[in-house]
Amino acid sequence: MSLFDYTLKELQDKLHNKEITVSDLVAESYSRINAVDDQVKAFLTLDEEKAKAQAKQLDQQSREHTSLLYGLPIGIKDNIVTKGLRTTCASQFLDNLTDPLYDATVMEKLQKENTVTIGKLNMDEFAMGSSNENSSYFATRNPWNTDYVPGGSSGGSAAAVAAKEVFFSLGSDTGGSIRQPAAFCGVVGSKPTYGLVSRFGLVAFASSLDQIGPITRTVEDNAHLLQAIVGHDPMDATSVDIDIPNYSETLDQGVKGLKIAVPSEYLAEGVSPEVKEAVLNGLKVYEDLGATWEEVSLPHSRYAVAAYYLLSSSEASANLARFDGVRYGVRSAQAGSMLDMFKRSRSEGFGDEVKRRIMLGTFALSSGYYDAYYKKAQKVRTLIKNDFEKVFEDYDVIIGPTTPTPAFKVGEIIDDPLTMYANDILTIPVNLAGVPGMSLPCGFSSDGLPIGLQIISKHFDESTMLRTAYAFEQATDHHKKQPELGGANK
Amino acid sequence: MSNISKEQVRHVAHLARLAISDEEVEKMTKQLDDIIHYAESLNELNTDDVEPTTHVLDLKNVMRKDQPRKWIDKEDALKNAPDKQDGQFRVPSILE
Amino acid sequence: MNFETIIGLEVHVELKTDSKIFSPSYNHFGAEPNANVNPIDLGYPGVLPVLNEEAVNFAMKAAMALNCEIATDTKFDRKNYFYPDNPKAYQISQFDQPIGEHGWIEIEVDGKKKRIGITRLHLEEDAGKLTHNDDGYSLVDYNRQGTPLIEIVSEPDLRSPQEAYAYLEKLKNIIQYTGVSDCKMEEGSLRCDANLSIRPIGQDEFGVKTELKNLNSFSFVQKGLEFEEKRQQKVLLSGGEILQETRRYDEQTKETILMRVKEGSDDYRYFPEPDLVPLYIDEAWKDRIRSQIPELPDARKLRYVNELELPAYDAMVLTSTKEMSDFFEETINKGADIKQASNWLMGEVSAYMNKQQKDLHDLALTPESLAKMIQLIEDGTISSKIAKKVFSELVEKGGDPEQIVKDKGLVQISDEGQLKEIVTGILDENEQSIIDYKNGKDRALGFLVGQVMKATKGQANPPMVNKILKEEMDKR
Repeated sequence: MSLFDYTLKELQDKLHNKEITVSDLVAESYSRINAVDDQVKAFLTLDEEKAKAQAKQLDQQSREHTSLLYGLPIGIKDNIVTKGLRTTCASQFLDNLTDPLYDATVMEKLQKENTVTIGKLNMDEFAMGSSNENSSYFATRNPWNTDYVPGGSSGGSAAAVAAKEVFFSLGSDTGGSIRQPAAFCGVVGSKPTYGLVSRFGLVAFASSLDQIGPITRTVEDNAHLLQAIVGHDPMDATSVDIDIPNYSETLDQGVKGLKIAVPSEYLAEGVSPEVKEAVLNGLKVYEDLGATWEEVSLPHSRYAVAAYYLLSSSEASANLARFDGVRYGVRSAQAGSMLDMFKRSRSEGFGDEVKRRIMLGTFALSSGYYDAYYKKAQKVRTLIKNDFEKVFEDYDVIIGPTTPTPAFKVGEIIDDPLTMYANDILTIPVNLAGVPGMSLPCGFSSDGLPIGLQIISKHFDESTMLRTAYAFEQATDHHKKQPELGGANK
Repeated sequence: MSNISKEQVRHVAHLARLAISDEEVEKMTKQLDDIIHYAESLNELNTDDVEPTTHVLDLKNVMRKDQPRKWIDKEDALKNAPDKQDGQFRVPSILE
Repeated sequence: MNFETIIGLEVHVELKTDSKIFSPSYNHFGAEPNANVNPIDLGYPGVLPVLNEEAVNFAMKAAMALNCEIATDTKFDRKNYFYPDNPKAYQISQFDQPIGEHGWIEIEVDGKKKRIGITRLHLEEDAGKLTHNDDGYSLVDYNRQGTPLIEIVSEPDLRSPQEAYAYLEKLKNIIQYTGVSDCKMEEGSLRCDANLSIRPIGQDEFGVKTELKNLNSFSFVQKGLEFEEKRQQKVLLSGGEILQETRRYDEQTKETILMRVKEGSDDYRYFPEPDLVPLYIDEAWKDRIRSQIPELPDARKLRYVNELELPAYDAMVLTSTKEMSDFFEETINKGADIKQASNWLMGEVSAYMNKQQKDLHDLALTPESLAKMIQLIEDGTISSKIAKKVFSELVEKGGDPEQIVKDKGLVQISDEGQLKEIVTGILDENEQSIIDYKNGKDRALGFLVGQVMKATKGQANPPMVNKILKEEMDKR
C-alpha cells in the first residue's frame, strides 16, 4: 500500500489529523523513485534537497490552509519552465539550461497551492512524438509492461503517476500528448479547452494547439488539479478571461439524460477489436446510468492528421528557431562562423524527429508552397472545428477510444513516422477544434495493457466532461487495478 | 503534385539552419516526400469558400497597458549565455 | 540618352512608448547593454508576447497624420530569419494587413508642390544591436529588442535625390508633430533605406533597382542617391547591366559600395502569429485617436499666414519643428508681438541653437521670458541693442527679464533732462562735428549719437538722443 493510493481528499484529512506529514509524502515519492525509476525512467531531473526542505517548511507552517493540494508531491513535464530547476524539453540543446530564469504561470499557481515539485519528467524531445522514444536522454517505459512504450509526448508524466512515483503530474497536449500516454498507462489525463490554462512558460511546440493539463489517478483528483491551474493570465494573450466553475462541486451529479455522441469514424477500421469492445462496454455502462448514445459523424476526421502535421510543424519550425546558440543552450564547439554557429548548434542539439518536423514546417511555409500546404491545412482545420460544433448542437459529450490500439512495444514503429503519426488520429481533432478532451481507463487488453476512454465536451465545458468521467469511474473499477512493475526484459 | 527533390531538401535545411549530411538528405527526402504525399490527401477537399482558422477562439484586441516593469537583473540576462563579454552576448562575426 | 530616376524610401521610426511593444521592459535609449531586457526580449523558451496598447495607438496616430486609411481588421505575422540580433529568429511584424495603407504627404521642391504616396505603414518590433569587434567576434545588446517600430514604405513616386530629401524632412516633421517619436537619426529612432532605379525617359517599365543601406543622415541619403543615380547612368551608358544589389554609402569616400548581390527574393515564410489575437479597430477607437492628433505643420503654416499675417517664409521656418512652433505660439500667447516673436526665434534664437548645437528644450529661455523681454522693448524700457544683452543672459541662465534689467542697470535712459546734460557735454567736446553737421555731413550726426551711446553704455533711448542732438546743435 502506497500513500498515493489514497485520494487527494483522503490525504488532506490525514495531513489535518497529523496522521502523516508532508515530509512523509515527499519521502514516499523519493523512495518509490529510488525503487522503480531505473525501470520506468520517468524522471530527467530530481530536486530532492529542495523538495525535502520545502516539505519540512510546510510541515512547520500552520495547518490552517485551505488548499486541497497542500504538500502533495507533483512531477512536472520538462517542457514547463521552472525557475532554478533544469528545464531541457528532453533535448540535448537545452542540456545545460539549469536555470531558465523564470517560472511558468502554472508553476506560480502551484506554489500558491503549496504542492511540492519532485522533479522534471521525461518526454519526447520538444513534445514531438507519441512514444517517448524521441527523448534525447532515454525512453520512459510503460509501468504495466516495461517492454512497451508509455505513450507520448507526456510519457514521463503518465508513467510517473501510474508507477506512483508522484501523487500527480502536469503534462502538455498538442495532438494527444496527455490523453494518449494517460490511456497507455491507465491513468486519468485531461486536455483543457484551448485558452483555459496559461501557456506562459510552456515551451511552445505548436502555439495554436498546445495546452497544459493534469494527469492523476482518479477523476476527482484531476478536477482538483485542473482547478488549481486554470484562469486568465495577462501574460498570455490567448488565455481567456471567463468565470471558472467549481469542477469538483458538480462531479457527482450523474449522467441521467446525458446525450452522448459516438463518432462512427472513432470505431472504424484501424481501431483494434479489443479497444472497440472496451469502448462499447463503456457505453453500456452509460446506458445503465441513464445516458443515451447515438452514432454521429465527424466527416473530416480522416483529414485531421494531415492538417495537424502541417500546422503543428509549421508553427514548430518558427517556435524552435530561437534555439540558435546565442543566448542559452548548447553552442556547437565548432562555431567558427555565424552560419556554423546556427547550423551546427541546431543540428547537434536536435534529434531526428525534431529536425524532420522543422523541415516539414519550413517547407510548408516556404515561398510557393504556403497556400497549398499551410493555408490549406488551416482551412481544413475550420472544417474539423465545424464538425464538432455541429455535433455539439445536439449532444452534450462525444465519447470514443483515446487511441486505436493499446500501447505498442518499444522500437516497434520508431522508424515509421507516418504509422507513428496515425496513433494520434483520435486525439488530434480535439486539439484542432480547441475543445477539451480527457482519457480515463475503461478496460485492459488481453496483454494486460490499459485501454483509454476519451470524453470530449464543448468549449469551456470541462464540468460536463469531468462529471461524465466521474460517473463512469464510480460505476467501474478499472482505475483500481495497479501495474505490477516488470516486463519480459526484467 | 511534384515530388520533393534533394535540392529542395537542401534549400529547406538551409532556411531552417540545419546542417544535414548527404546521407541525411537521402533519408530526409524520402521521409518528407512520404509525409507530403500523405498531406496532399487534403486536396480531396474543396476549401474554396472556407476561411482559414488561425485561432480557434474568437478573441480580439487582447492588449496590456503601457506600464514598464523591471523583471530580471542584467547579470541574469547573461547567466546562460554560451559566450559573453563586457555584459554582452558574444557571437562569431564572420557570416559564413 | 536621358534617364528618369525612380526612388522609393523605406523608413523605420521607433515609437516612444514607456514599455516595449510585446514585453514590459523599459523602452528608453542609452541604458547599459542588456539592462533593459527580460526573458521575453531574450526569446527564452516558453515566453509569450502581449501587445502594448499604446504602441497601436501611436502607430495609428502616425498613420492618420500621414493620411493613411486605417485598417479595421489587422493582425500580426511572424517574419522568419536567423540573425543574432533577432532573438526568436522571427520578428513579429505585419504582412498582409498593415495598420495603415494608401497614405500620402505633400513635399515642395524648388517652389513646386508634389504629392508622394505612402504604400503602407505597419507596426513591428525592433531588433537588438550587434557591434562588430575587430577580433572576429561581435557583441549583442538586446536593449533595443522589442522597441515598437513603424515601417513606412513610400510609393516609387520620388524622381530625384532632392525630392527624397524633402520627403524625409516632411515625414520627420509630421511624425514629430504627432509626438509618437523623437525621430532622431543619430540615436537610430529614425532609419532609412532607399532604393533607386533609372529608366530611359519614355520607358514604362522600371529598371533594376539597387538598395542603399546604413544611411546615417538625410544629407547622406541625398548624397548616396546622387552618387547611385550617376553610377547607374554610367553603367548603362557604357553598355553594362544594373544588378539587384544592396550597397552602402561611405561617408569618407562619398561613394556607394557593394555589400551583397541579391539572389532572388528572401524567403521570410510569413505566417499569422498564433500567440497574438487579431485586432479589430472600430470607428470609436479611430475617432478617439484622430481627436488626439495635434494641428499638423501644413495647417499651422497656413494659419500663420492667413490669421497671424506672417510672411510665408516665417511661417515655414517656424513650423519646421513642432518644438519651435509650439514655442512661438506660447510666446505670443504670453503677450509678445507676433512679428517680434517670429524675428527673435528665427534670428537670435536659431543662431544660438546652431552655434551651440542645441535644441530649444536645452535652452534656459522660456516662451514666458522671451515674451516679457519683447514687451520690455516695446514699452521702451530697453533698447533692441540692450535686449541682446538680456537675451544672452536669458538663453544661458534663464530668469526674469525685468529683474535682469534692474540688476544690471540696463534700463534705457529716456529722461530728457538727463539726456540733455550728456548731449551738451558731448557737443562741448566735439565742436568740429557740429560744424560738419551744419555743412551737411550726415555722418557727423551718426558719430555724435555713437558718442552719446558710448557715454551711456548703450542705455540712452536712441530716438530721443537723435532728437535732442539736433535740437541742441540748432541752438548753437
